[in-house]
Amino acid sequence: MAINTDKNSYTIIFAVIMVVVVGSLLAGFASGLKPLITENMEAEKQQNILYAMNVNDNEGDGDVTFIPTDKVAGEFSKYIKKQYVIEGDKVTENPEAYLIDIKKEATKAKDPKYTRRLPVMVGEKDGKEIYVVPVRGKGLWDAIWGFVAMDKTMTIQGVYFDHKGETPGLGAEIKQRYFMDDFTGESFLNGNTFEGINVAKGNNDPLNKDKDDYEVDALAGATITGDGVSAMLRKDIKMYVPYFQSLNK
Amino acid sequence: MGLLSKKDRKLILDPLADDNPITIQVLGICSALAITAQLKPSIVMAISVIFVLGIGNVVISLMRNIIPSKIRIIVQLIVVATLVIIVDQVLKAFAYELSKELSVFIGLIITNCIIMGRFEAFALGNGPWRSFLDGVGNALGYGVILIIVGFFRELLGSGTLFGFKVLGDPITKTGLYAIGYENNGFMVLPPMALIVVGIIIWVQRSRNKALIEEN
Repeated sequence: MAINTDKNSYTIIFAVIMVVVVGSLLAGFASGLKPLITENMEAEKQQNILYAMNVNDNEGDGDVTFIPTDKVAGEFSKYIKKQYVIEGDKVTENPEAYLIDIKKEATKAKDPKYTRRLPVMVGEKDGKEIYVVPVRGKGLWDAIWGFVAMDKTMTIQGVYFDHKGETPGLGAEIKQRYFMDDFTGESFLNGNTFEGINVAKGNNDPLNKDKDDYEVDALAGATITGDGVSAMLRKDIKMYVPYFQSLNK
Repeated sequence: MGLLSKKDRKLILDPLADDNPITIQVLGICSALAITAQLKPSIVMAISVIFVLGIGNVVISLMRNIIPSKIRIIVQLIVVATLVIIVDQVLKAFAYELSKELSVFIGLIITNCIIMGRFEAFALGNGPWRSFLDGVGNALGYGVILIIVGFFRELLGSGTLFGFKVLGDPITKTGLYAIGYENNGFMVLPPMALIVVGIIIWVQRSRNKALIEEN
């Protein structure tokens, strides 16, 4: 049967059928796989939080190695003792605080009447209390985010950074251990003043032995991503300063 | 390859060398420049393109007699986009870590001119089996170049392969770095990929004079 494929009516009918077929195919795929994808994303968050707390499978100087996905839920409940949500001066316990979408919170917080909800995960490792907070900011191309684990004095115990679309080999290296490991030991506070941490170029300390300079060595060729990391830490960690000060009272 | 006739074999093997989509037809350059700073993404990109182009060519070939010619480019685009989204979703559900590693690269497959080029030039006029071979062959030809470029860029730019420090440690000065070798930071930037592709084209043409056009 020869079809006249040049007719306008045929073209329109073909287009309509194709849209319906492709649309339902993709919708089916998306909703069918959604539970699996959400599960993966929650597991990833748990892995990242634990990674920042130094609960990971890293070996020597090797790559970033998370707790395996199938074990992460158990490890997460073992290490994370309590989770809180900070709203202004009020601190409430919430066992699912780690799932708070801080991107949405940041958008809502543009309304001055809204009190931003700040999640904090309190964990314990080797008898030491560790506070893990999420951070989120902008890199060169797209979003960057991560988790910062601190002790009571806001001294970093470990960090995890990730990004959506930084340049491979340059900005994307923020999620490599040689960058992230440098943060451990640095402090955000100078006495009672908040200093932040700068990802600095030319700080004459490439091995990052000086832990009191509020600086870590930058990545070559990734100036804007590095500045993004500094800005993200300054902006998001600063919001937690009152909470940490109340802990130390 | 006793399974394939001589003509079919040509479909697979030609794009690997004398009809290579990147070095001879100069298609798909954009993604070849963007993702080849390291070896691993190059390889996964090659595999994903083999999948998308192989299946896509078959789908287009099966529909070739019913596609209205006025909107055939749109139909081709939709087929690529659908396949790419399916690959992306399946990776996210079943191989989440791998999909994170690739993030934007999977989406970039849609913009790959080789795919649209093969749909338009081959699949619209040939049967499904031959289209499949043509798709896989061209994707392999693309992948080979990607892997060669990725290999040299990662080795010379970062001194690593698959992230392993094969040339020694640049910070503690071991291996090659002990005798004064330095990584070439320019290698990790996209312009260097263009130069590497240029060198491959040069080598290929000087080995096979038939490829040189006469003016």
